[in-house]
Amino acid sequence: MQLYVCVKHVPDTAANIRIVGEHGFDDGGCKFVVNPYDEYAVEQAVQMTEKNGGEVVVVTVGKAAAAATLRAAMAMGAHRGILVTVENQFVDSQTTARALQAAIEMDGQPDIVFTGKGAVDTEGFQTPYRLAAAMDLPVVNEVNKMRLVEGKAIVGREIGGGARQSLEVSLPCVLGATKGLNDPRYPKFPDIMKAKKKPLKELALVDLDIQTGGARSALVGLEKVPERSGARILDGDVRQAVNALVKILKEDEKVI
Amino acid sequence: MGNIGVLIETDGGSVKETNLGILAAACSQGENTIIAVIMEKTVAGAKDILGRYGAQTVVHVSAGGADMAASPDLMAGALAAVVEQYRLDAVFGLASAQGRDIFARLASRMDLPLASDCLSVDLAAKTVRKSHFSGKTVATIRMSAAVLLCTIRPNAIEAVESPVEAVEASFEASVQDPGRVTVVDVNTEAAETIDLTEAAVIVTGGRPIASAENYKMLEECARLLGGTIGASRAAVDAGFAPHSMQVGQTGKTVSPRLYIGCGLSGSVQHFAGMKTSKVIVAINTDKDAPIFEKCDYGIIGDLFEVVPALTEALKEYR
Repeated sequence: MQLYVCVKHVPDTAANIRIVGEHGFDDGGCKFVVNPYDEYAVEQAVQMTEKNGGEVVVVTVGKAAAAATLRAAMAMGAHRGILVTVENQFVDSQTTARALQAAIEMDGQPDIVFTGKGAVDTEGFQTPYRLAAAMDLPVVNEVNKMRLVEGKAIVGREIGGGARQSLEVSLPCVLGATKGLNDPRYPKFPDIMKAKKKPLKELALVDLDIQTGGARSALVGLEKVPERSGARILDGDVRQAVNALVKILKEDEKVI
Repeated sequence: MGNIGVLIETDGGSVKETNLGILAAACSQGENTIIAVIMEKTVAGAKDILGRYGAQTVVHVSAGGADMAASPDLMAGALAAVVEQYRLDAVFGLASAQGRDIFARLASRMDLPLASDCLSVDLAAKTVRKSHFSGKTVATIRMSAAVLLCTIRPNAIEAVESPVEAVEASFEASVQDPGRVTVVDVNTEAAETIDLTEAAVIVTGGRPIASAENYKMLEECARLLGGTIGASRAAVDAGFAPHSMQVGQTGKTVSPRLYIGCGLSGSVQHFAGMKTSKVIVAINTDKDAPIFEKCDYGIIGDLFEVVPALTEALKEYR
């Protein structure tokens, strides 16, 4: 099977984000990682080719440093990488989707395009859908179970409160992966070394004939969320503490 | 002056309570016409409750008798037809499993921008505020398309009554199901009665809970508060709770009015999923646990002593 996996190079969720100006952040000052949800997508594709043969190509739209995320995905077992370079961490999802579409279609014919369910930096959760629309493919996001049956994918997703939905999707398709689909592997040292030698193609948006500008959504402000300033500790023995808590929650906070 | 559509979600044949906060968001945008959109023929009491929260029109949408619950593409197509028919200037919905899915399909189908999981919306300024970087920052996004699409985090905006006499209407959407994605089964066996992301109160157990069985203790407490239970990633990874209960990074994002964390250390990844809760209470044996630095109230003690005592105290106060 020819499998493509779209990944994103994002600040580590534990990283401290330093805001610069009105809506920028210091991306040199924090550690970047593979978007956590994309690891489920990479693992799924790699497992499928390990079992049935085929090729896994990882694709990203990002700044030059995003090559590190492609290498990390290749260390997990992806065969090749394609980096579409852009100048900004925040590219709107329409442009990202069009760039991914063009890069994939220029490269080959996918049986399945995997993505993570969303990226933890912009938290937009829509690129899989826009990519599918651009490629005219069906899409299911937040997939945490999948199997292939006679040219179709049977996928599972959670629909709230622990209820589960099973869907049948025709191939080729776009599937957005989330936790539960598999356990992403930790690459071993030799895999990391091997990944450094795997082919990585770099493209610019102009190579794909994609114009930027004209985005109808724009980041205009970015602010730190203030942390709460330390808990008020309720003293006394257990009984006194819980009584004080219930009183506060009822009378002061009015939340119960 | 504009027309704001609100996609109403139902559960077990009635309107979900979390919709009311979305209606409040729509009503707070000045003089507009609020159109509640229901993708079902009949929903018990919909006209009354939606009218009480400000919907002037309640539209029941059908698509040639097809089961829209079985095809997310069909439902998104029908919603797109509603946007055109009612000349909507904005469509609001819940950032729930269904809302996230349908709005993303709608946005890509209509080639419109979409703001996901918003904390607030300002239609006059055409801006939304939403989380960036796992809850560590809030971004302001300017939305400049003709139709503003946004999903709003459940419970982020409080429901406010704004009574009007609602008019009911039906709309037959002329759309075809592309038939490429079909729901073949819905399994509610493992389902909780209250969805974690929509619960008003959540009692979460971390790794020290030590077994799946022990969550019953938290459940009793949560039930008295009208809420439900959650789990930390460590507790899920240890096999004490299913992933559907996980709060935080790679789990659920929740925004209840009361969040009680029992035996949680307070990792950044956990806070990413519950930081916007109104009041956060922590129970932990370790007085130096990081969670005490970023919550509202703390009790230093063993959850196995504190939670049953809290349950008893709640019973007495009722």
